[in-house]
Amino acid sequence: MRIAVVMKLVPDVVEELVLSEDGKRLERGDIALKANEFDEQALEQALLLKESSGAELTVIAAETGDVDEMLYTALAKGADRALKLVGDGLQDGIWNAQYAGILVDVIADVGADAVLTGVQANDDLDGQLATWLAAGLGWSFATVVSGVEAAGESLIAKKEFAGGLTANLRLPLPAVLGIQASPEPPRYAPISRVRQIMKTQSLEEREVTAPAGSITVLSLRPPEKTGGAEMIEGDVQAKAARIAEVLAQQGI
Amino acid sequence: MKKVLAFIDVVDGQPGEIGYELLDFARQAAPEAELVAVGAGPQAALEGLAGADRALWTVADGYRPDLVGEVLTAAIVAEQPDLVLVGSTAVGMDAGTYAAAKSGYASIAYVRSLEPLDGSLAAQSVILGGKMVARVAVPDRTVLQVLAGAGSAERGRVPGRPAQVGTLAEPAAKASFEGFGRPEAQDVDITRHDVLVSVGRGIGDASNIELAEELAEALGGVVSSSRPVVDAGWLPKARQVGKSGNKVKPKVYLALGISGAPEHLEGMRDAACIIAVNTDPAAPIFEVAHYGVVDDVLDFIPALTESLRVRQG
Repeated sequence: MRIAVVMKLVPDVVEELVLSEDGKRLERGDIALKANEFDEQALEQALLLKESSGAELTVIAAETGDVDEMLYTALAKGADRALKLVGDGLQDGIWNAQYAGILVDVIADVGADAVLTGVQANDDLDGQLATWLAAGLGWSFATVVSGVEAAGESLIAKKEFAGGLTANLRLPLPAVLGIQASPEPPRYAPISRVRQIMKTQSLEEREVTAPAGSITVLSLRPPEKTGGAEMIEGDVQAKAARIAEVLAQQGI
Repeated sequence: MKKVLAFIDVVDGQPGEIGYELLDFARQAAPEAELVAVGAGPQAALEGLAGADRALWTVADGYRPDLVGEVLTAAIVAEQPDLVLVGSTAVGMDAGTYAAAKSGYASIAYVRSLEPLDGSLAAQSVILGGKMVARVAVPDRTVLQVLAGAGSAERGRVPGRPAQVGTLAEPAAKASFEGFGRPEAQDVDITRHDVLVSVGRGIGDASNIELAEELAEALGGVVSSSRPVVDAGWLPKARQVGKSGNKVKPKVYLALGISGAPEHLEGMRDAACIIAVNTDPAAPIFEVAHYGVVDDVLDFIPALTESLRVRQG
């Protein structure tokens, strides 16, 4: 089996989110970007599949920021190849429909028969990548997947619903999976190992052209305050004492 | 706006609340439009959908992602609606964007409301972990993934079936269904406790869960968590609160180091008293909390445990 893991950079929402002057997008040069955490889960799931069934694993990311470290880290964790998609306009960020448009050809060339990516990302305003891709490729698919096993010409995927209910699905290859969680937490690649990989392995590059996006953002802004919490001030002891009082008032 | 399709989630034969919410959402957004409920499941799932003018239904059992995607695609192709609503749920994620891509419709996700815009509509979408709201122009022929809570299930649920029910032939599906898995009985059922000490990413490390356990013990409650803590393997899945975990409604919910992404809020916003602690004063959790503390949970939790012990003598 050949697996492609598609990753992308997303705004790190723990850091400050700086708006562009027109107030319609984030100022990409002034915000922190990081690997989509669900893509990290997809990568871990793919590594587990590689270990259990001997798959070849290619990690793919569009250069919508500095993706080198993300890709080298994936190699350090055990991916066989890393493919960086480069091209004009990518640095401003692309919508998922555009990303899927680029990826359809790339995935055919890689010869992948399974694509794993994160179930969602914090910026997928035009819908999720896995289903854009499944529709574009015409492959079988499942989203919100929390476990995948190889079974001959199929994958057995566990899909999660609310409240802990799951469905076991048999997806004939080729298939696209939107991964919610890997059965194991993402492994850690020591910095020393990543540095070593940077010296001994290189990223493959491929020039791509993104199709036009189909979404028009009129404005982007923090949610309006709707009252919100009574904020407790003071040093940590004073705040703890006040919360203890609140709890007592609640009869706890 | 002439016609709106609302996709009804059906899992394990049961329609989800979101379907009724979408019917209400559609009536509020486009009162004059014809409203068509679409879905795949047993006929019995049509009960309660009388708020729709019509239904277009595929009788199917089990669950197959491409089947729901193809059912919605076929309905869109047949009906050519102006607007299509799906839930921002595990079913909606299979159906919504896929059907948009297949039928050439636009796709907008995480929608919490619609507003008029020059004779058309604009959607407000909650993105970036709840830290930003994007106003997005809604072109004619768009599939919207609507957040839970955007419509009222109570208003949307109307006894009886839609006046007209059309049948949509079961489309070919590649996936096959091999059965549902039920959650195993757990030592702790977080939905049955009055006090939840819930930890998020801010707890930092598995070893710090112990601090929350001590606090929960002092309060007579149990420890629950947001999704990243479970994904990291620090707590079992049964302890997870939120869209992909449990919906809880305790008397007191302590959100410790939880930023408050919409998926988490969906599972706990009905708690009677919410106390949030986070280092980030802009964290969305403070919008739903009743009391807020800006601090590092690793400092705050031991201080609160100590405070409670002093009060309890």
